[in-house]
Amino acid sequence: MTAYIIRRLLWMVPLLFGVSVISFALLKAAPGDPVSAILASAAREGGGMTAEDRQRLREQYGLNDPAYIQYFRWLGEVSSGNLGESTRSNAPVFDVIKQRLPNTVKLSLISLVLTLAIALPLGILSAVKQYSRLDYGLTLISFAGISVPQFWLALMLLYVFALQLGWLPSFGMRSAYVEDDFMSRTIDSIKHYILPVTSITIVGLTGYMRYQRAAMLDVIKQDYVRTARAKGLSERTVIFKHAWRNALIPIITLLGYVFVILVEGSIIVESIFSWPGMGLLAVDSLQQRDYPVVMAIVLLSSVLILMGTLLSDILYALVDPRVRYD
Amino acid sequence: MNASADTPLLGASQSALVEERARGQLQIFWRRFRRHKLAMASAVYLVILILVAIFAPVIAPHDPYKNDLQLARFGRPAAPSLEHPFGSDQLGRDQLSRIIYGARVSLMVGFVATGLAIVAGTLLGALAGYAGKWTDMVIMRMADVLLAFPPLLFSMAALAAFDTSKRGVIHIAAVLGVIGWMNVARLVRGEFLILRTREYTEAARAVGASGGSIIMRELLPNAVGPIIVAATLGIPAAILTESALSFLGFGIQPPEPSWGNMISGSGSNTFAMMRDFNAWWMGLFPGLAIATTVLAFNFFGDGLRDALDPRTVLD
Repeated sequence: MTAYIIRRLLWMVPLLFGVSVISFALLKAAPGDPVSAILASAAREGGGMTAEDRQRLREQYGLNDPAYIQYFRWLGEVSSGNLGESTRSNAPVFDVIKQRLPNTVKLSLISLVLTLAIALPLGILSAVKQYSRLDYGLTLISFAGISVPQFWLALMLLYVFALQLGWLPSFGMRSAYVEDDFMSRTIDSIKHYILPVTSITIVGLTGYMRYQRAAMLDVIKQDYVRTARAKGLSERTVIFKHAWRNALIPIITLLGYVFVILVEGSIIVESIFSWPGMGLLAVDSLQQRDYPVVMAIVLLSSVLILMGTLLSDILYALVDPRVRYD
Repeated sequence: MNASADTPLLGASQSALVEERARGQLQIFWRRFRRHKLAMASAVYLVILILVAIFAPVIAPHDPYKNDLQLARFGRPAAPSLEHPFGSDQLGRDQLSRIIYGARVSLMVGFVATGLAIVAGTLLGALAGYAGKWTDMVIMRMADVLLAFPPLLFSMAALAAFDTSKRGVIHIAAVLGVIGWMNVARLVRGEFLILRTREYTEAARAVGASGGSIIMRELLPNAVGPIIVAATLGIPAAILTESALSFLGFGIQPPEPSWGNMISGSGSNTFAMMRDFNAWWMGLFPGLAIATTVLAFNFFGDGLRDALDPRTVLD
């Protein structure tokens, strides 16, 4: 098992190398560069820049060298732990990310826990009461859930709960003016979380629910469940002790996929709610051609996805003794 | 010679037999699919939608590009009325007409992106599964690298590589195809690895069939069911991604209408319009168009899967 994990971890190195080459090539293929973005914003603010300024900036960012030299220079810096500097704010990329990452992690973790806490029991219920009205209802809801665009759902929630009812704030993580005591600040913060978390949860929810339902239906037909019933155990014990534990195993395989959902959810939801996290940073940085930041975000999300897949494979072997890696 | 007189006859009766069997299978499929009421309703809806997209210039009540500042005075979107059932945007453009034209974008991206992903995935998967060795290695490692990307982030970065004025349906479809073939390839490769060892494949090889003919005539037809299901479920996914990309400003650029960029709002933000003028129609209708279309494709795909899978018991 240890050898397997080490092998998988080592294998991530060439994969990440591939990811970085592809994303660097894509960014280099884009028209314009960080300098033209800086010049454009300078022109908007009324500060003109001369051709010499432009040349000096290009030199400063090393944009005059061939693309492959720029790539290897970047690679050299990154492998020695230096992610470079944001061309937009001139702050080290590490600091930019350190400031944004916790906001996304909080949002994602809360959404993930809530998703699982709602989806798994509902999936079980749907399976245990297969073909009941409840089952049909939940199936219909989950079809609706996978069909609704997340950004639209978020926008509609905003319209109803922030604009029309005025119950919840429409953007950001905290209000500009709030009583400066612990209770008021906590309540204010919670209010800001409700809509973004709901938007991520509803979309993630439905996939898990259907998956859990299918897994549970599979397990219920197994001989050991019939045996458990035959020896006179209560339905409760049969379902929750014998069946569910086995029906949870396939859910683990979704773990690699979880990070994809969370990364994409954060891109969309953060854009709508102006949530100062990684997703919003990715959108802004791409639009501003802030390559060092974009590269760091792409690599970070790839590491997350690869680790998620690895983790799910390991957990799979741990909970299911039939699975073995050599 | 007797043989030459016999052979065409035999061939004819054989092909008639094959045809009859194919018809029988189609009938079984149709009988099973028809029972899935939601899938049937979805099929009808999708056919209508495709017709609407094709005949958009005839059907649309107004010019989707024409600003009407009388209608939207001082940039205030006009509310739904008999003349403009879905209202107008801040430039006075008719929302219904824009949604009708937007159907073209969504359907084109859905079909072309999925078509590319299926063709590339099938070819590469077949090649990997049949050839094995280093061909398999290279293709599947390429797939691993692409699977390590979050698809939306990859598409955003890839589309940013095109000049905004040139970003069109084809670019989006191509990018979604590049990031979408891996699962099909894995699926086809898996099927091939199993099918490759079956007796009929061995038999074909024994009578001297070439590799290409074994792939095309023996292996692919047997892997076609899962491919079709992957295709029908790939279309709604591509439509959703396109709408998200256009919403974020990386996809179809205004003034060309797409359901996604209608929500971000051309030039100004839809949310701001909903906030300042209570223009709920600007956000509601394009989103409903996306949701109903994607829902219809999902129901259709589900019905197709049930009808194609012989293991599903419908009675």
